[in-house]
Amino acid sequence: MSAAATNYYDRKGLFATLGRDGMLQIILIANTILMLAPIVIMVFSAFKTTPEIFKSPFGIPDFTQVANFVKIWSETNFLRYLLNSFVVTGASMVLILTLGTMAAYALGRYAFTGSNFILMFFLAGLTLPLKLAIIPLFMLMRDLSILNNQLSLIFVYTAMGLPTTVFIMTGFIRSLPNELEDAARMDGASEARIMWAIMLPLVRPAMVIAGIQNVVPIWNDFFFPLVFIQNDSLKTLPQGLTTFMGEYTTDWGVLFSGLTLSAAPIILIYIVLSKQFIAGMTSGAVK
Amino acid sequence: MPQLRMTGRGLWITALIVPPLAFVALFIVYPIVSAFAYAFFDWQGLKRGAFVGLENFHTVLFVEPYRSWTINAFKNNVIVFFALMVLQNGLGFILAYALWRELPGARFHRIAVFLPVVLSTIIVAYLFKLFYHPLFGVVNITLKGIGLGWLAQPWLGQSGTALGSIIVAQAWHMVGFPTLVFLAGMQRIPSEILDAVRMETESEWVKITKIVWPLVAPSATIVFTLLFVGAFNWFELPYIMGGLDGSPFGSTDVLGLYFYRTAFGNVSSGQQDFGLGSALAVIIFIFIAIVAGVITTRLRAREIQL
Repeated sequence: MSAAATNYYDRKGLFATLGRDGMLQIILIANTILMLAPIVIMVFSAFKTTPEIFKSPFGIPDFTQVANFVKIWSETNFLRYLLNSFVVTGASMVLILTLGTMAAYALGRYAFTGSNFILMFFLAGLTLPLKLAIIPLFMLMRDLSILNNQLSLIFVYTAMGLPTTVFIMTGFIRSLPNELEDAARMDGASEARIMWAIMLPLVRPAMVIAGIQNVVPIWNDFFFPLVFIQNDSLKTLPQGLTTFMGEYTTDWGVLFSGLTLSAAPIILIYIVLSKQFIAGMTSGAVK
Repeated sequence: MPQLRMTGRGLWITALIVPPLAFVALFIVYPIVSAFAYAFFDWQGLKRGAFVGLENFHTVLFVEPYRSWTINAFKNNVIVFFALMVLQNGLGFILAYALWRELPGARFHRIAVFLPVVLSTIIVAYLFKLFYHPLFGVVNITLKGIGLGWLAQPWLGQSGTALGSIIVAQAWHMVGFPTLVFLAGMQRIPSEILDAVRMETESEWVKITKIVWPLVAPSATIVFTLLFVGAFNWFELPYIMGGLDGSPFGSTDVLGLYFYRTAFGNVSSGQQDFGLGSALAVIIFIFIAIVAGVITTRLRAREIQL
């Protein structure tokens, strides 16, 4: 009697488990198809001519047919935009990580009057939507005469990236042990030398997290170039894309290959470093 | 930590802290403080005119046609927020729950759901604009292909569907973010609690509503707050897919577009007004700060400390 009852419960439990997990698995598979389909269609369409896209939007293309890409290469400013994005993002990242580490090191390693206030000052920048301050920023850039100059972007991105970087790195630097530092100090090493040779090699993991958290929004940003940059030759990739999409409105093959080329760098890096990307981009929201 | 002893070290700390502080002060704090000041002046193009007190605020809130524009844009932002609450955060919670079970392929699904998050919003906007094309877009072609041709319509071209279509694109773009934040929250639930629950009940529903949901409250607080701030700052997607005027007929107009248009002018009229624009910015800013503050404190209160 009791054996039968156990058996009955077991069976029910098994069914329930299979049913539930099966349903969850179906949800996941359906969602993954929905997530990937637009990207697959985009990449496929990049290798098709416009009539082919209209006739069979889901068909697998002939991947050796790269006429669209050649057109982009030879007829548009696409490479220029790509290069500009690299320059702006690269310069901003160097500044963010350098300045962010400097501030975090000072706040995390030394006790001094006002250090808490300064940390609060940095953290206040975390929550403020800077888009809404675009008018004074525009005037500021004009007064500094760097409107229509990539320095305006680099400066804004650096300032925007510092709060998160200081936040992540200060916590990390505080958690480092004192022993190495004290030993070096005994040996008469200067403060600068202690920071450079002993502590900095240890903070690399935090730099990676802070770096990824900032590099994606900067690489993808559209709003600040829209306001600050007018010259076509200075435009970054997302902004250049709007120019380009406006020029080729009816040539869908070229449009899709332009989108594919713009998405390619970040998708490829993401596939290789997905773990770091996910950790970095959610690090502000995951305690 | 060593105390501040000699002037040498004081100088060293100053050298470390001043440059980063200067960047934040000059490019974040100063512009935001100025934005408040700008709103109290009359502006002639880039020239600041007379002090006008609260007149700019009065104009955008109570004088036509600004009044209807403000109300319309605000209403659309509210719709966007609630729709994304369901489509993005709701779906994100379900997906997180599914991923949490570590079924075969979970790693792959996790990478796939986050992939659109790393894409530029501009790419997503153009991609979906092409997909929604009335004649050649894959959305209508698919509907016709599966016998639902009567549903095919100019998604972005009519007032009734335009905003909804853009919201769907946004949900596709960002659903991976709440998913992985919720997933991280679920993974922090101690296994003893889960074992104890398994003894008590077999009901999945009870487990989700009484155990998992309350225990991921900290993740929910963050995800809800970020969605609120994001929804009321919404700009790129409607800018590309609906245009700067929120076409058709203002049905996709949101505060971000309206603010930008007021401050910098649009294609058809080069008229720009920094005074009215700043007043709008200040109103949006204060609204976001207050509501985000309330949301955060309310939601924090229901978080459980483990």
